[in-house]
Amino acid sequence: MKATFKIFRYDPDKDKKPYYKEYTLDVEPNTVLLDVLNDIKWHYDGTLTFRRSCAHAICGSCGMTINGKNRLACQTLIKDLDTSKPIKIEPLKSYPVIKDLVVDMNKFYEKMFKVKPYLVNDNPPPGREFLQTPEEQKLIDEAYSCIWCGCCTSSCPSFWADDDYLGPAALLKAYRFIFDTRDTLTEERLRIVNDADGVWRCHVIFNCVEACPKEINITEYISRLKLKVVTSKL
Amino acid sequence: MIHFHYHDVIIVGAGLAGTRAAVEVAPVADVAVISKVFPTRSHSTAAQGGAAAVLNNNLKRGVDTWLLHMFDTVKGSDYLADQNIVEYFAKEAPKAIIEMEHWGTPFSRMPDGRISQRDFGGHQRTRIAHAADRTGHALLHTLFEQSIRLGVKYYPEFFVMDLILDEEEGDYVVRGVVAYDIRTTELHIFQSKAVMLATGGGGRIYKITSNAHEYTGDGFGMIYRKGLPLQDMEFPQFHPTGLYPLGILITEGVRGEGGYLINSKGERFMERYAPDFKDLAPRDVVSRAIYTEIMEGRGVGPKKDHVLLKIDHIGKDAIMEKLPEIWKFAKTYTGVDCTKEPIPVMPTMHYMMGGIPTHHETGEVVADVGPDGEVSKVVKRLYAGGEAACESLHGANRLGANSMTDTIVFGRRVGKHMVEILDTIKIKDLPEDVGKEQEEKIKAILSRNSGEKVSKLREELQETMWENVSVFRTEEKLIKALDKIKELQERYKNVYVEDKSTTFNMELKEALELENMLNYAEALVASALFRKESRGAHSRVDYPNRDDEHFLKHTLAFKQEGKEPLIKQRNVVITRFPPQERRY
Repeated sequence: MKATFKIFRYDPDKDKKPYYKEYTLDVEPNTVLLDVLNDIKWHYDGTLTFRRSCAHAICGSCGMTINGKNRLACQTLIKDLDTSKPIKIEPLKSYPVIKDLVVDMNKFYEKMFKVKPYLVNDNPPPGREFLQTPEEQKLIDEAYSCIWCGCCTSSCPSFWADDDYLGPAALLKAYRFIFDTRDTLTEERLRIVNDADGVWRCHVIFNCVEACPKEINITEYISRLKLKVVTSKL
Repeated sequence: MIHFHYHDVIIVGAGLAGTRAAVEVAPVADVAVISKVFPTRSHSTAAQGGAAAVLNNNLKRGVDTWLLHMFDTVKGSDYLADQNIVEYFAKEAPKAIIEMEHWGTPFSRMPDGRISQRDFGGHQRTRIAHAADRTGHALLHTLFEQSIRLGVKYYPEFFVMDLILDEEEGDYVVRGVVAYDIRTTELHIFQSKAVMLATGGGGRIYKITSNAHEYTGDGFGMIYRKGLPLQDMEFPQFHPTGLYPLGILITEGVRGEGGYLINSKGERFMERYAPDFKDLAPRDVVSRAIYTEIMEGRGVGPKKDHVLLKIDHIGKDAIMEKLPEIWKFAKTYTGVDCTKEPIPVMPTMHYMMGGIPTHHETGEVVADVGPDGEVSKVVKRLYAGGEAACESLHGANRLGANSMTDTIVFGRRVGKHMVEILDTIKIKDLPEDVGKEQEEKIKAILSRNSGEKVSKLREELQETMWENVSVFRTEEKLIKALDKIKELQERYKNVYVEDKSTTFNMELKEALELENMLNYAEALVASALFRKESRGAHSRVDYPNRDDEHFLKHTLAFKQEGKEPLIKQRNVVITRFPPQERRY
């Protein structure tokens, strides 16, 4: 069948402003959108630019806005899109565009680094692994599987309003360490998320949950963080 | 404009091996990691099933020992692995895994809180530590996170084009690398005391692969283009269970958790090929079995070109807990709910056992061997690790779950080596024209307005490799492939790109990657032609038996301009386990 893809284009080397370009080509219902983009790049227009790597939703490179929703191109099948009209593909919102679908994610990464995204345990390590029961591990099992694609933070109205807000991905990362029974930096971590740019900026809109390609219930984890903050003596 | 940087240590590649080495060096020296993608995008993150190490947490198949892990690995390698390296690996593996746990890796757990271990192919004990079925992701994020804590400097989205080599006392020596910033296409010269290549493998020379688009063997290319050897390249591993038809990896952990393969008659066919190990035979054995079933007409589907992997019998709860990602892949890409029906699978190009040869004691890259088969020349202070390297731990066939452990065991060892030598090294000025050659190369590609299209050449290469150099090989097909590669190399001289932009020019990057691919593909096919025997993943239909008398040797392939590659043999180190017939 034929489908039309209306793709956001902008090359700062030659374009004064962005524009949309339409490509119409044969696709199968089970074709993955990333393969369509590759097909366009390799066979029709070598200038079309986007990031991609693993092609199965684990590296987090190909986050983009597809018909208004933030998704990974490699996890989106044509049959799940309305092909009766052009499929609109745009760069992730709220990050500056470098070229076409490639955005500058530095603001996103800075937020991730702000929450001290690493396990700290200053006790002398045991001669073996730290013990952690399956129930304790389950607390972080979903949260650690974040792939840093940036789809959630880019979908968050609070982040649109003020990009100093840590945003859902960074708060999820904070959760992952605060609720890791092996971590000893809890108090400092809670202070970071209790900051003016922290958890209280989350207004429980659930856009992040809808956007997350790993189906992580981010809003739920942010709510648990809020509870932890108010029940801790900071 | 050319930019200059100095760091004591430069690591190329931000996957598990590279970041593990960086974490080792960072407390004592200035270390920078250059990667063509943002670090968490590195392909290590796609590793699923687990990392092998003798922890003895799960004793359901008996007590484990490092000697048994060593034996399984040597036997799995079809006796081509260097046994001194395997012994070091098996002894260090538990420490390396525990260290990762202390740094925060969210391993799956046993009821008593210890790290959970599962079964994998070719391992006689339950020794695979895992974080559900996303172990690579869990390990990579842990290392990246710890490297941030230690202040490791990253240059993300920089593409390294070449090594800067010099000569010193009869050996080569590395002085740095030439790279460019993908965002601006400006050249950056990195000077350093030591360099590590942790550039991963290169499955993208094949049409069907579990490997990432970025997996284009740039380290292999960099080495081979300099006239340095690549070792045992004839051994790419075909993973038996790629998701049909895309080739996405379906972890061996599915079989480790009790899954098994069936053909169109519903037969559990691995019982015929490996009566003892059955579906948990090593990958070379299982991939050959699947192809044999298909060739003999017992494949499934309208084209009878794949088989089925059954796992629903272990129950929905177990699948969702131990194999959640696999459930989702199968559902998303094929619509199959594996809690109810079997997953369609076929072999997919997965891993390079071969790669950049390293010295057994110093870990430095090997530049040559003498007529006695022993290392005669190295590249001083140039190291390799992870899939890019050939230590040789995996020999002719890698056991599943040994590669993740490989990256952290040998990444750590490379880091330690570098720390030991740094103080003794004096920095020498780089040649004045450094970077000029690479600048010209980029200019030439960008300025050409017609010629050969990158994607066309790459597709022809991938097609040729898949058709002629996959699981079963013959001299006729290998010659055909080598001729085709030579033709593509000629046509590459006229390669052009449509994208002329100096901002994030991915087409230019693809052109430079293709040059690397056309180089190591040549080494791979020439090595496969030379090895007139069948061993591990290298199955020659015309030479079906293993020939220890002539080929219990590593293959070294050297590029020769305008000529066939030069092939030499390097001795295999055998310490504890003399070669035996390999049965499973």
